[in-house]
Amino acid sequence: MAKGTVVFDIENCKGCELCIEACPQDSLELSPRINAQGYHYVVLVKDNCTGCTNCALVCPDAVITVYREKKKTRVPVARISGVTQNITVTIDEEGKPS
Amino acid sequence: MGQDVVDAALEQMECVYARPDTLTDTRFHYCPGCGHSVVHRVIMEVVQEAGIREQTIGVAPVGCSVFAYNYMDVDMQEAAHGRASAVATGIKRVLPDRFVFSYQGDGDLAAIGTAETIHTCNRGENILMVFVNNAIYGMTGGQMAPTTLLGMKTSTSPAGRTVETAGFPLKITEMVAMLPGTYYVTRQSVHTPNAVRQLKKAITKSFQYQKERKGTCFIEVVSNCPSGWKMTPVQSNAWLVENMFPLYPPGDIKAPK
Amino acid sequence: MNDFRLMKGNEALAEAAISAGCRAYFGYPITPQSEILEYLTDEGRRRGMIVLQAESEVAAINMIYGAAGAGARVMTSSSSPGISLMQEGLSYIASAELPCLVVNVNRGGPGLGTIQPAQGDYFQATKGGGHGDYHLIVLAPSSVQEMAEFVYDGFDLADRYRNPVMILADGALGQMMEKVEFPEYRVEDHVPPKPWATVGKPPERPANIITSLHIQPEKMEQINLRLQEKYRVIESREVRYEAIHTDDAEYLIVAYGLVARIAHKAVEVARAEGIRVGLIRPITLYPFPSGPIRSIAKKVAGVLTVEMNAGQMVEDVRLAVNGKAPVSFYGRMGGVIPAPEEIVRELKTLAAAHPHAQPAETY
Ligand SMILES: Cc1ncc(C[n+]2csc(CCOP(=O)(O)OP(=O)(O)O)c2C)c(N)n1
Ligand code: SF4
Ligand code: SF4
Ligand code: SF4
Repeated sequence: MAKGTVVFDIENCKGCELCIEACPQDSLELSPRINAQGYHYVVLVKDNCTGCTNCALVCPDAVITVYREKKKTRVPVARISGVTQNITVTIDEEGKPS
Repeated sequence: MGQDVVDAALEQMECVYARPDTLTDTRFHYCPGCGHSVVHRVIMEVVQEAGIREQTIGVAPVGCSVFAYNYMDVDMQEAAHGRASAVATGIKRVLPDRFVFSYQGDGDLAAIGTAETIHTCNRGENILMVFVNNAIYGMTGGQMAPTTLLGMKTSTSPAGRTVETAGFPLKITEMVAMLPGTYYVTRQSVHTPNAVRQLKKAITKSFQYQKERKGTCFIEVVSNCPSGWKMTPVQSNAWLVENMFPLYPPGDIKAPK
Repeated sequence: MNDFRLMKGNEALAEAAISAGCRAYFGYPITPQSEILEYLTDEGRRRGMIVLQAESEVAAINMIYGAAGAGARVMTSSSSPGISLMQEGLSYIASAELPCLVVNVNRGGPGLGTIQPAQGDYFQATKGGGHGDYHLIVLAPSSVQEMAEFVYDGFDLADRYRNPVMILADGALGQMMEKVEFPEYRVEDHVPPKPWATVGKPPERPANIITSLHIQPEKMEQINLRLQEKYRVIESREVRYEAIHTDDAEYLIVAYGLVARIAHKAVEVARAEGIRVGLIRPITLYPFPSGPIRSIAKKVAGVLTVEMNAGQMVEDVRLAVNGKAPVSFYGRMGGVIPAPEEIVRELKTLAAAHPHAQPAETY
């Protein structure tokens, strides 16, 4: 069971793969599809994300928002106001947010 | 339908990481995988969390990050090549209670702006200097920088940098650490999540020291230039660890107890 | 405050800067103007001014950029070689439209040259000086009194047009001692609000950005067009000059700064000998008083331009006169000051060659 999840602003992803490299759970992959910029964007391909934020920390384009299950409350690193409306959230074939 | 599912799922969760409000919504113009925008983001996270946006003024350099002001949503000045620390000095002297930082590449800070760098540090200007060392001139297309490694190929050292023609890589961070005007001098990187966490701590400390008027804080960030180095971003980070760290080891060079 | 004081030109200028509310001074020592830095370090600091001796003129002008961009009334001063070093910064300042005052106490060149007075920096002062299309507003004092007065005017012009202003003096004006009276000047009445300055971004406004970079050619052209429009306004409103004995003049001398004082003496001597000569002294070298020179040139038989250089302002005089009268030039270089007799002699040569007012087409 996933304890966390990630949402990508896929239109601004540049497919650099640094998040994939940083993910300890191997949860991320490049999509075969490309965004309007012409880059393969990153998708969450497994249900094992822990919400550790590693991917978001190394993402040069600041396109990753990380969520984690509520009980273990941690102070958010940043407020989310004014950010979510830009995020393109889609569901891929496997029914996972990508 | 997809949106509903995601919204429902996210309902059970809390946001633990999001792009800070102190960054604009503008898409970064940097090449994929470039460390510049990580450094931008981390500075802006600190500004946001410390609640000092209204008091912060940044100085953008000439170099790939010349458009830093399009991303960092704080008051900013664009400086002539190499002069960021002089511009920052001018700002800080007339607005001593503001937080002032310069952001400079290796060509900017360690070649054309060496005099300004040394003297700003020597005066102990109460500013933060962020020095992004990618061992190359990114903006102008990958020429040799003062920090280019021996043997490293660039467009102006096509066979690799040699001591005979270009001298040695300049460890300017160690140089400024020798000056009594600097209070905190550290070398960081952004190639792993932990490195990013460390950088954030270093920036947070630097702003705290600036508030306490301790002197110049100087943070070198050993970074990559996938385009100039002609590597993928992932390769470039591995190369950085293998080749840059031996000469430019991360860690504090001068830190208060 | 209206008492007279006996002061050196450089000191009078520095004193005026303090009372004009100059917040900060950044500079680097160079003869013949180091007294400005010294006076401000002492008296200026005592009266609350920020004074910093920079590591170079390059650093100084960029400190000016930063401090002016942060909204402060700021000034630097130097002499010719130092001003050359500042040119890149001045181009950035002009493009980013930052108000500031730059003082050039001109010495003889080229190269390291001499510390004696000269006017060899006319071109670099009035034609931009650095890269790109821009202008400084250039004021040329010819007395210690004006060394002081033009500081107030200079700061006001800089703020009004968001443009760098240069006071172009010379070593003699900087070093000579004369009586000077400082005007009443309430700083509060003069320094306008600067909502564009980078002082920290409050929530209610977008971030302020000071930059001269506009990558898109169309955008950069727009910026240029706006600057040019501003320069046309400055040219139409801010021309200053002094006209002496021009009403009945058959010959005209054009000279500025120290040379204008000597030329004035030459005019008196020549008139005593029966040569009806007048003098125009441009006070603003940019904008140049082309209009007044042109209208007088129409009535005279010849124009003599006198400078302490190899002939720089004379190009602007020729453009102004535009063939309406013959223009001759007399100059001394390398720090040599022309004597009144030399100017009278040149005038006589001109008069001998052109005894009567000629129809325009002839030239
Ligand atoms: C006076 C001057 N000389 C040269 C340049 C051209 N120039 C622009 S950026 C740059 C080097 C940038 O390298 P660096 O500071 O390492 O930053 P990076 O682009 O690698 O981030 C040069 C030489 C300039 N803009 N101004
Ligand atoms: S690190 Fe960011 S930009 Fe790079 S692939 Fe991952 S999400 Fe995309
Ligand atoms: S939050 Fe952690 S586990 Fe989840 S995708 Fe990102 S790096 Fe992987
Ligand atoms: S050229 Fe190099 S430093 Fe510049 S944006 Fe690209 S990767 Fe980054």
